[in-house]
Amino acid sequence: MTPMDTTAARRRLPGSLAWHIGALAILVVVLYPVAWTIGASFKPSGDIVGALNLFPADPVTSNYRRLADGIADIPIWKFFLNSAYISVGSVIGVVLSCSLTAYAFTKVRFAGRNIMFAIMIGTLLLPYHVLIIPQYVLFQKLELINTFTPLLIGKYLATDAFFVFLMVQFMRGLPKELDEAARLDGCGHLRIYWSIVMPLCRPALITSAIFTFIQAWNDFMGPLLYLNEPDKYTVSMGLRMFIDQDAVADYGGMIAMSLVALLPVLAFFLAFQRYLIDGMATSGLKG
Amino acid sequence: MERSGPGRKTRPAPQPRGHRENLTGYLFMSPWIAGFLFLIAGPMVFSLYLAFTDYNLFDAPKWVGLKNFTDMFADPRWRQSVKVTSWYVVIGTPVKLAAALAVAMLLAQKRWGQSFYRAAFYAPSLIGASVSAAIVWRALFSDDAVVDRGQQLFGIDAGGWIGDPQMIIYALVALTVWQFGAPMVIFLAGLKQVPRELYEAAEVDGAGPWRRFWSITLPMISPVLFFNVLLETIHSFQIFASAYIVSNGSCGPADATLVYTCYLYDQGFANSRMGFASAMAWLLLVAVGLVTAVLFWSQKRWVHYEEGGR
Repeated sequence: MTPMDTTAARRRLPGSLAWHIGALAILVVVLYPVAWTIGASFKPSGDIVGALNLFPADPVTSNYRRLADGIADIPIWKFFLNSAYISVGSVIGVVLSCSLTAYAFTKVRFAGRNIMFAIMIGTLLLPYHVLIIPQYVLFQKLELINTFTPLLIGKYLATDAFFVFLMVQFMRGLPKELDEAARLDGCGHLRIYWSIVMPLCRPALITSAIFTFIQAWNDFMGPLLYLNEPDKYTVSMGLRMFIDQDAVADYGGMIAMSLVALLPVLAFFLAFQRYLIDGMATSGLKG
Repeated sequence: MERSGPGRKTRPAPQPRGHRENLTGYLFMSPWIAGFLFLIAGPMVFSLYLAFTDYNLFDAPKWVGLKNFTDMFADPRWRQSVKVTSWYVVIGTPVKLAAALAVAMLLAQKRWGQSFYRAAFYAPSLIGASVSAAIVWRALFSDDAVVDRGQQLFGIDAGGWIGDPQMIIYALVALTVWQFGAPMVIFLAGLKQVPRELYEAAEVDGAGPWRRFWSITLPMISPVLFFNVLLETIHSFQIFASAYIVSNGSCGPADATLVYTCYLYDQGFANSRMGFASAMAWLLLVAVGLVTAVLFWSQKRWVHYEEGGR
C-alpha cells in the first residue's frame, strides 16, 4: 500500500464513523414515536402523556386487558375481522382486475387502446374527494350504504390507476419472445395471461397486494362515509370511538389498540420490505 | 392453424388483428371500462350537475345556478379551509422533500447497513396515514407531553401544540415530514443512477460539495424530483384522516386544522349540503389541475431528461 493509499484509507475512517452517527441519529428520531407507543401501551392511563421515561419501570398490562372489554359493547375482534375482510377482499380484487387491464394495455392490440391508456393515467392525478359526493349518492340510491360493497367494488373494477400502471411497467419489461412462442403453440390470450404472464409478474403482484392491503387496512374516510353501524366498524372506526368517548379517561386502551392496529402493517413490512421498497423505487423512475 | 407437411416451410403465426383482437382487448378491459364509467366518469358528470343545485340527498335537486359558488366565496370558513390547506401544502411538501433528499444523499454514500436504514426510514410511510399514528401524534404533542417537555428544556414555556390554534398545524406538518421515507426511497433510486465519473471529473476541476450538488446532483435527479414534487403536492391537498383525528374530530381548535377535505366532509355529510360540497369538490379539482399544469409547464425549465430518450 502506497502512502497515498494509506492517507486515503485513513481519511475514510472518520467519514465512515460520521456517516453512522448521522444515520443513527436520524434512526432515533424516526423510530422514537413507535418506541414511545410501545412503552406507553404498558403504562397506566394517567402516566402516558406526562411521564418522561420511554419505557415504564413497572409495566402494567391493564391497557391490553381493557381491550377485552371492547368498546360500546362491540368486541375488539369484530373490528379486526371487518378490516381483514375488506383488506383481503381488496387485495383479491386489485390483483385480478388491475392485472387484466395491464395485460390488455401491453399485450393486446385493440382500437382505442392508447386513448384509454391516457385516460387511465389521467385518473392518477384525480383527487379522490372529487368523487365522494356523487359516489355516495349513487350508493345511497342503490341502498348500499352500511354495507361493505362501496369499499370493495372499485377494487374489482381496476379503478386504482397506480397499480394498473405498476403492472403495465412490469409487463412491458417481459421478453416478447415468451408470448410469441405461446401464440405459435396456439395459446389464446387467457391462457397466456394466466399461465405465462401472471407467474412472471409475481413481484409486481406482490407489491400491489401489499400496498393494497395496507391502504385498505389504514383507510378511514371510506368506512367513515359508508359504515354506520358499530358492528360493521373497521379498526380505524373502532379507534375513533375511543376519541368519541372521554379520550383522557381511557388513553391506555386507545394507545394499546393503536399499537395492535399497527401490527399487521408492521408484520407485512418486515416480511415483504424488499418488494415494498423496490416497488416504491421503481414507481418514480419509469414511464 | 395451418399444418406443415414434409418439405413445407413453417411460416410464423400471423399477428392477429381485427375483430378478434379487438374483442379480446375489450373483454380484458371490461372491468376497468365499467369501473371508469360508473365510478369515475359518471360521478364526475353528476357532481358537475350537483354543483349548480341545492340538494340535501332527500328532496330532489333544485337548480340554483352559481349560488353555491357565490356562497362559497363569501363563506369565512371556506376561506379558512383554503388558507389552512395552502399553508399545509406550501410548508409540508418542501420540508418533507428536503428531508427525503438529504437522507437519501446520506444513504447513497454506499455504506454498510444502507438497506437496514432505508427500510427503517421507510416504515413510517406505511403507518403515518393511519388513525393509530394520528392518535400517537396527538398524544406526543399534547400539554405536558414529550414535545411540550422538550421545548421547556430550551426555556420555551408555550404548552402543547394540540390545543393551540397557532401551533397545531405544525404538528400535522411534523406528521407528514415523519413520512419522508417514501420519497427518500425514490430519490435514492435516482441518485444511484448518476454516473460516478461526473463527480470525479468535477472534483478534479476543483468543484466543492455545494457546487457538485447544484450542478450535477440536482440536474441529474430532476426527473425524479419532479415526480416527487407532483405526487407529494397532490397528496397534500387531500389530507383528511390526520387532520380529523389529531383535532379529535373537530378540525379545530378554532378551525385551525380545517383542511379543505374536512370542510367538504362537514358540509356534504354532516350538513347534507350535497350541492355546496360538490361545488367545493370541483374547485379542488380545478386547483389541483392548475397546480399540476404549472408544474408540468415549469418542468421545461428545470427538468432534464437524458438524451437518447428512453
